[in-house]
Amino acid sequence: MKRIAALVAMLLLGPLAAAVDSGQRFEDPAEQARYERLIRDLRCLVCRSESIADSNAMLASDLRREVETLIRAGRSDEEIDAFMTERYGDFVLLRPPVAPRTWLLWAGPALFLIGGLGIVFVVVRRRARAARANPAALDEEPDRP
Amino acid sequence: MKLPFRFLVPAIAFAVLVAFFVIGLQREPGRIPSPLIGKPAPAFSLESLGEPAWKVGSADFSGRPWLLNVWATWCVGCRDEHEALLAIARENRVAIMGLNWRDDRALALRWLAQLGNPYVSVAYDPEGRTAIDWGVYGAPETFLVDADGRVIKKHVGPLTMETWEREFLPLLPPAEAAK
Repeated sequence: MKRIAALVAMLLLGPLAAAVDSGQRFEDPAEQARYERLIRDLRCLVCRSESIADSNAMLASDLRREVETLIRAGRSDEEIDAFMTERYGDFVLLRPPVAPRTWLLWAGPALFLIGGLGIVFVVVRRRARAARANPAALDEEPDRP
Repeated sequence: MKLPFRFLVPAIAFAVLVAFFVIGLQREPGRIPSPLIGKPAPAFSLESLGEPAWKVGSADFSGRPWLLNVWATWCVGCRDEHEALLAIARENRVAIMGLNWRDDRALALRWLAQLGNPYVSVAYDPEGRTAIDWGVYGAPETFLVDADGRVIKKHVGPLTMETWEREFLPLLPPAEAAK
């Protein structure tokens, strides 16, 4: 029982230790918050699906240092993102920009939802029509597709 | 033959999925396209690996094409491509500059002494700042800069003679008759 409790405690506490870069880099809390937000949205290119905030890779720590330097130099968020995309391409942004070539990517979920709703609508209407035409049929075979 | 509507929808959905998979399989997710291609090579001036008092950099090759090869002693792929780099250096078609990335100077010098030195010069970048300017994300990486100082090719991963002959050589100006 004790062991299970310990295991559960460890599993619950695990996520708290996930942040690799937990140190305070800026005295100003607003700048620290900006820094943390920026590094969460930049991809670690060697690890692909992690942000540079989550990664221990050498490149991630270099890029974090670069973000810190740029913030200290007074650059805006847009300028920092531009600095990164000029060197690493849009792939470095975990939130891809909305542009003609990413419209499908951004609209994808909505298109799937609309498509699904369309199918549901057509099926329901057909069944309703079939039910009106022959009400008895529904009772005979309720599960017929 | 006319298929009923309820077969048509899954069939279309399946076809769309297959199309996505076919496109997805033909792409190489390991290769991130470099936004640097066609742009001027990022300028740098760094300590020479062998002679800390000397500065070496992107200005050393004005008017001539050159290769920038990013390497480090901790990089396994760099050892794999070293023979190819030596062979390319022997061809004498293009000067190779090394960018020693996030490495230890003594280890790097020992590596060159043991395996041979294909580079005309090696820039020492222990903090990786120049590597960031070049969009380096993993060694080895090799860039070809043309005579106008623009990056025209990037190769990620160990370079082989086959890749060199197929992808790099056609981009170089024809070999001079007399050297």
